[in-house]
Amino acid sequence: MIEQSYLYGLVGGLIIGAAGAVYLLGNGRIMGASGVIGGLVDGSGLGEWRDRLLFIAGLVAAPWLALSALGLSAETNITSNPAVIVAAGLLVGFGSRLANGCTSGHGVCGISRLSLRGIAATGFYLFAGGVSVLLFKHILGVI
Amino acid sequence: MRGLFSLTSGSLFGLGLLISGMVDTSRVQGWLDIFGDWDPTLAFVLGGAIIPMAIAWRLSEKRRGPVAGGSFPARPAQRITPDLAIGSMIFGAGWGLAGLCPGPSLASLSFGGWEGLIFVGSMAAGMLLAVPAKRVRLASA
Repeated sequence: MIEQSYLYGLVGGLIIGAAGAVYLLGNGRIMGASGVIGGLVDGSGLGEWRDRLLFIAGLVAAPWLALSALGLSAETNITSNPAVIVAAGLLVGFGSRLANGCTSGHGVCGISRLSLRGIAATGFYLFAGGVSVLLFKHILGVI
Repeated sequence: MRGLFSLTSGSLFGLGLLISGMVDTSRVQGWLDIFGDWDPTLAFVLGGAIIPMAIAWRLSEKRRGPVAGGSFPARPAQRITPDLAIGSMIFGAGWGLAGLCPGPSLASLSFGGWEGLIFVGSMAAGMLLAVPAKRVRLASA
């Protein structure tokens, strides 16, 4: 018996991959969330501001529309500790831009291209993520 | 045309993240929690996402260019730089701490409450801080 969450994960994953395929084959761009957002935030990608804004609009609006249409709700189960949220946000924003990619760009798009950089980046952030949960959850007990 | 592809891609990305459960921070932290109650869902998400994307890369090699014009992204130099390693580890630390990365943080913005808004604001601040950091590293390289 396969757990239901695995099946949802697989189906959701296939849709995420389809999203990346549309972005690549349609626009010739790598679908990386940190790159799309970061290029607007720091002004380095303003030449394609329309593409970026429309991508973000779909990313924010589609889950909301789907939940509203089906009368469902979703939970992020995020911590309510503001210090943890701010620290995590700063680390995620800073690190993903320094590395030129996050889970979508390096992970989904990089691994599927057999990019050495994408595979290496994924190894590094999976390792650091595991250490982070070990440290902050099991050792320090802050999350 | 480009705008339509961008909107479609962003919408699919958001739906995929919602359906896969990756907007749920406890699921992401469960995947990273190998010493606790380990949750393998993320492996199914990543595995599922790689399939259509790998096909898309193969198709891109057979096509002259993207549908909306321009050209496909060139393969970057396959060098594992200090920025890639250090940046990915900093990113991973934050990912584990809150269970959120850039895509899901936006996909959950409409229902994530004030916590989600603060995360996205802090993430944007972190992105801005990376600009001078990169400049300093380039200057010292």
